[in-house]
Amino acid sequence: MAAKTHPGTVESTVPRLQLLDEQGAVHEDPTLSPYVQDVDTVELKGLYRSMALARRVDEEATSLQRQGQLVLWVPLRGQEAAQVGSAWATEPTDRLFPSYREHAVVFHRGVTPGQLLQLFRGHTAGGWDPNECNVNLYTMVLASQVPHAVGYAMGTALDRKAAEDAGEPAGEKPEAVVAYYGDGASTEGEIHESMVFAASYDAPILFFVQNNQWAISVPFSTQSRVPLATRAAGYGFEGLRVDGNDILAVVAATRYALDKIRRGEGPVMIEAETYRMGAHTTADDPTKYRQRDEEEQWGTLDPLERLEMFLRETHHVGDEFFESVANEGREMAGELRADVLGTAAPTFDEFFDKAYADPHSLVTAERAEYLDYQAGFAPQSDQEDSGSEGAHA
Amino acid sequence: MSQVFTLPDVGEGLTEAEILSWKVAEGQTVTVNQVICEIETAKSVVELPSPFAGTVLNIMVSEGATVEVGTPIITVGDSESDPSGTPDPGYAGSVPKDGVEGEPGPEHLTPREESTSGSGRSMDSGDSGKALVGAGPKADPVRRRQRTRTAMRIDAEQPQGLDEQGKPAAQEQESPKAGAARMAAGLADRLSKSGLGTAAQDLADRAGKFKDRGETWLRSLDDTAAQQQGAAQASIPRRPSMAKPPVRKAAKEMGIDLANVTATGEGGQVTKRDLLAYAAHLREVEDGPDTFWTSTNAPARSREERIPVKGVRKLTAQNMVRSAFSAPHVSIFVDVDASRTMEFVKRLKTSPHFEGVKVTPLLILAKAVIWAAARNPQVNATWTDSEIIIKRYMNLGIAAATPRGLLVPNIKDAQDLNLRELAIALNELAQTARQGRTQPGDMQGGTLSITNIGALGIDTGTPIINPGEVAIVAFGTIKQKPWVVDGDVIPRWITTLGGSFDHRVVDGDLSARFMADVARILEEPALLLD
Repeated sequence: MAAKTHPGTVESTVPRLQLLDEQGAVHEDPTLSPYVQDVDTVELKGLYRSMALARRVDEEATSLQRQGQLVLWVPLRGQEAAQVGSAWATEPTDRLFPSYREHAVVFHRGVTPGQLLQLFRGHTAGGWDPNECNVNLYTMVLASQVPHAVGYAMGTALDRKAAEDAGEPAGEKPEAVVAYYGDGASTEGEIHESMVFAASYDAPILFFVQNNQWAISVPFSTQSRVPLATRAAGYGFEGLRVDGNDILAVVAATRYALDKIRRGEGPVMIEAETYRMGAHTTADDPTKYRQRDEEEQWGTLDPLERLEMFLRETHHVGDEFFESVANEGREMAGELRADVLGTAAPTFDEFFDKAYADPHSLVTAERAEYLDYQAGFAPQSDQEDSGSEGAHA
Repeated sequence: MSQVFTLPDVGEGLTEAEILSWKVAEGQTVTVNQVICEIETAKSVVELPSPFAGTVLNIMVSEGATVEVGTPIITVGDSESDPSGTPDPGYAGSVPKDGVEGEPGPEHLTPREESTSGSGRSMDSGDSGKALVGAGPKADPVRRRQRTRTAMRIDAEQPQGLDEQGKPAAQEQESPKAGAARMAAGLADRLSKSGLGTAAQDLADRAGKFKDRGETWLRSLDDTAAQQQGAAQASIPRRPSMAKPPVRKAAKEMGIDLANVTATGEGGQVTKRDLLAYAAHLREVEDGPDTFWTSTNAPARSREERIPVKGVRKLTAQNMVRSAFSAPHVSIFVDVDASRTMEFVKRLKTSPHFEGVKVTPLLILAKAVIWAAARNPQVNATWTDSEIIIKRYMNLGIAAATPRGLLVPNIKDAQDLNLRELAIALNELAQTARQGRTQPGDMQGGTLSITNIGALGIDTGTPIINPGEVAIVAFGTIKQKPWVVDGDVIPRWITTLGGSFDHRVVDGDLSARFMADVARILEEPALLLD
């Protein structure tokens, strides 16, 4: 966490905003508090449920990967508050651009865990209709979704201007865009270019960076000498730094930022300071590069536990609720498992359908050629892998 | 009704994993997602959750064994079925435990059994008869895995791997196997065309350089350290030492367990300096540099050094075999001015000490090879699927044309012989071979060979490695040739040395070093005196 400050660092920081502290007590903040006045027990229970179910799905997916059913899984454990809180604060009309760990974000938009796992099972390159859910597909290439998001946001601004020129003023909540990325991606050039463009064209976009402290094995202290939120000032827009494990602060900061964006004031950045409690992916072993002490320290800052404590102590929510959520999670996990195991890989044939929306003569011809080629094989094709010995050139 | 869980690929494209520990026992009840074992892959240590609920009927792989992805590791039956009852005949006792095709494994495969069966396979499979490319222990077969539901298996189906084994008629598989070989060759061809093969070679070469540097330390590891490592490896690494990948790699190649190294780096990491300090400490414990060879009376255990072949080394080996599928040999040649060797031989011939002993340039070469091998021990080794066994003794093979054909008898413990004894041994070996009296024992246990093609007037050739060894030196004819010395062309006695090396063990860099060392002795035999 608190790494030694680099001797060459220029003092540049922004306050870390927090509403719900580690002990479950709420603090007032003149900027943020007004944005969560309406968040009461019912809403908090809803948020808790989303976080808990996302974590349960995450656990099940990890197991499925370990059992050979998924090619890969990207655990989200520890980042539930940052994801659920920010997604929950958006309007359904706001377009979201996830990276590849934003499971709770896409679930919020109606993507089912079963759809998402098809991607990690290697059965699809997408998994859902981005226009239907208003959330883009996962981007496996780091940071590449951020320029897309800025371009999209610039497009919505142009649409709005065209509508206004045509005498149709924008509604109360004009469309905004949220680009999700991480501390590792923040080091990539696309992020810089995106911010330059977003500022130049007042793009209605929220840069939401989940700083989970680790870019695979590179610690945040190597990525940046200063909090990432301070970088926004360099591009001329506001950067907020929030406790990413504090669901109230995340909700409030996101609402605050989106308000500003909707007013046409251009981009805002939020750095949600959180922690990747698990491995980078199931192909990673964090014990090789980070200390158990650190993991334990962050373990006490678990966002789910903090919200549970708050619900129990301040909102007097009883065991019954938590048990029902746990049961719902178990059922959901069981259904997800059955769902995943029940699906078989698509045949190559199906990919011809996905090349163009409408029938296409070239694709039709290629498909026929492919089917003809496949028909030429003997039925047993397993033999080809049976060994590599016996080559005497 | 029971179900078999086969080892999944828990990373991205991993092919094998080591079972570190079992968390369940036979007869125990497990639930879905209950952790059943801990495995270590090339990437990480992970826990495997059970995909089934029921009673553990059979644990099919022992702790410490490394198995391929797709190998059945555990059978789980319905809770109602009798845990002590016989599991389904479909796989009881017939499943290849070690994932090796064609060999029914022992009931429970232990690491020791695995390694011996691995080397046994290379000795017994008749490879020694055909000293051709592709001979020797084969690298792991590369198997394309289908992801869809292959990790789980219902008892009615045949376990994976059984189909190859189960089919009695090997001839029937001849043609698909040849097809697979063609495919692999094509793949290697494409790899080399795309530059990937070169990249792999380059990588291997660079790894070889690092390894060379490690060699000095490797040599000085004493038995105590080796035992300590053994003990350390036996316990399950719950929380491995932290170190950056290059340090891990160096440690692995030096045979040092990072757990033994005091870490001073940031956040408790073992730094390169820590590793070097530890290696230096080990060297101090050792008494001197002259202890590479062990005596004939030394305990058999200390006469061989075992370096586990896994991780990057194993991968490099597989890439080597694949990229140069038809020839894992690498051959290099060097022209040598052997004039001083000729003078030396002449002087020895007239020396009273060598009276009655036949002295030839081959004697000097043999001595040179022994000398150079001590400086580059990796050439005096055996490759098995799981280990590189470096021999701390030299059974020097000499290829000899005999009435029975080409034989490669060897001189046992040639490192102990002085020049005169070596000359006598060479003569005896040649005479015995020519008379056709070479015994099978004379040909076994060779560690490195020389082929004297110069005796037939040949300049050089590409020798084929004697199976079970990793290097061979070809000695070309020695004849006078124009040679440039200090700007003048003068007649000198020139010969060409050729060497072939098993690239799985000896990288280009090391083979060059070894050949250069041999050449140095032929150029200046006096170096043998130091």
